[in-house]
Amino acid sequence: MATVTDDPGLLAPVPRVRAPRRGLRLHDLRSLLGTLPFFAYVTIFLIIPTLVVAIGAFAGDGGFTWSNVSSLGEEYVRDAFGRSILLSAITAIIGAVLGAVLAYALATAKPGGLLRRVVTAASGVLAQFGGVTLAFAFIATIGLSGFVTVFLRDELGVDIYSGGVWLFELPGLMLVYTYFQIPLMVIVFLPALDGIRPQWREATESLGGSTWQYWTRVAGPLLAPAFLGSTLLLFANAFSAYATAAALVSQGNPIVPLQIRSALTSEVVLGQQNLGKAMALGMVVVVAVVMTLYALLQKRTARWLG
Amino acid sequence: MAGLRARRARRQSAFRWAVLAVMGVFFLLPLAAMLEFTTRGGGGTWSLLADWPRLSETYPDLAEGIVASLGQALLTALLMLALLVPTAIWVRLRLPGLRPLVEFICLLPLTIPAIVLVVGLAPVYAWVTYFLGGSSLTLTFAYTILVLPYAYRSIDAGLSAIDVRTLAEAARGLGAGWFTVMARVVLPNIRSAVLSAAFLTVALVLGEFTIASLLNRTNLQVAINLLGKSSATMSVAVSLAALILAFLLLLLLTLFGDRRKASR
Repeated sequence: MATVTDDPGLLAPVPRVRAPRRGLRLHDLRSLLGTLPFFAYVTIFLIIPTLVVAIGAFAGDGGFTWSNVSSLGEEYVRDAFGRSILLSAITAIIGAVLGAVLAYALATAKPGGLLRRVVTAASGVLAQFGGVTLAFAFIATIGLSGFVTVFLRDELGVDIYSGGVWLFELPGLMLVYTYFQIPLMVIVFLPALDGIRPQWREATESLGGSTWQYWTRVAGPLLAPAFLGSTLLLFANAFSAYATAAALVSQGNPIVPLQIRSALTSEVVLGQQNLGKAMALGMVVVVAVVMTLYALLQKRTARWLG
Repeated sequence: MAGLRARRARRQSAFRWAVLAVMGVFFLLPLAAMLEFTTRGGGGTWSLLADWPRLSETYPDLAEGIVASLGQALLTALLMLALLVPTAIWVRLRLPGLRPLVEFICLLPLTIPAIVLVVGLAPVYAWVTYFLGGSSLTLTFAYTILVLPYAYRSIDAGLSAIDVRTLAEAARGLGAGWFTVMARVVLPNIRSAVLSAAFLTVALVLGEFTIASLLNRTNLQVAINLLGKSSATMSVAVSLAALILAFLLLLLLTLFGDRRKASR
């Protein structure tokens, strides 16, 4: 099947023994013409923007310069990257663990059942639709006059903000990020869990293995690459997220995406016009490294659980 | 063996409901809080939200954002389909060697955060504004890039499920032109994949904030964020409505997916 569809010669006119080389090339060119709209479009709206960032990061008034990239070493930029990485790592790990548990609970449910369908659809919404609306969801929940805040204060006499209002700072971001990381984990990890065959468990049991041995010796090692890969994906997701933070954080720019916003929107400091591009490039590098590792782990996962 | 399996099924079911109960509280609490928050002064907010003329009079920015988002969603879905479907089919039939490249390009936006893309898009949009004006609908161009990975995977999966080559050869053998092959032979066969790509596109566009906000254009999310500064209740109500709408869209999508499997 694969060999048939992958054979380029099937539909192309079969070149005769002495087919002129030029004719074949002309034919190839005509075929390429069909993809021209697509390539022209992605060049303008994807490749050029990427190059603008990559080149701009090294461009100064008089041509090439290291100054933009070297100003990434400045304390406030370094701190922003540190906080971004910390935020992404913590929410990725919490999201991965809790999401995996939820995904396992779903995997044991009936495959085409209503429960699975509803939870998967809800996960899709919370994981990808998110952003601003989730920020407002949490303002309504644990904002200063939020449902939970008011309930705890009036009914139980507990003030969750006795140590300061943390919702609009890094701890608040962690809470809201976890809220969209868990559903993302469910979406990306569920296929791996579905790949686990009941026969493997039965085989373990008929060989005298216990549940503990099944999880540590059979299912665990099989799922480990998928779990790690999903965790990396969650990291990249949190690292790239912007909308939630933009809607929630009112003071300062604690994380990199907000730093880029301020570089884009505020008056540029002389000589730092391209600092935003350098930070953007820094983000791309981090995400690219993480996604490459993810792709490698994905390949390993596919060997058994594809 | 059977007894063991029944016991495990019972244990798994208990575990499942325990996990779902705990997670359910965590995930439903904010949504319930939104409902409570918006109904504190009676149902006024919700009746205003359902009354379009009065809504657009009271919150013109919000109405503008909603209209802009709907327009962007429609145009992006159309542009995505026009760009991706013929290319995906064409590459499969005539240029299989290009498939890895096309796939790589389509998945590239996954590794470029929207906030980074917007930095690079700023100069491109200076030209877009020069040629087409500053309308919020011009965001369609950027959104088509954003949805590329999701739409491509959906359409590619649809094409993998049918034998495009045989269908195309049969149609060509009967004298069909390339346009007929695509529009009347291949397209009807990947209808549900195309539909699911369109649904995903609509859901993603309705939820987009980063690019619209930083390119100084408006859409639903930008309007919600702006409204949050003046009327928290209304912005929470619109947020909840948008979340529910997106949920229904995706639930419908899984139903389509099921029909596709059942019909095969």
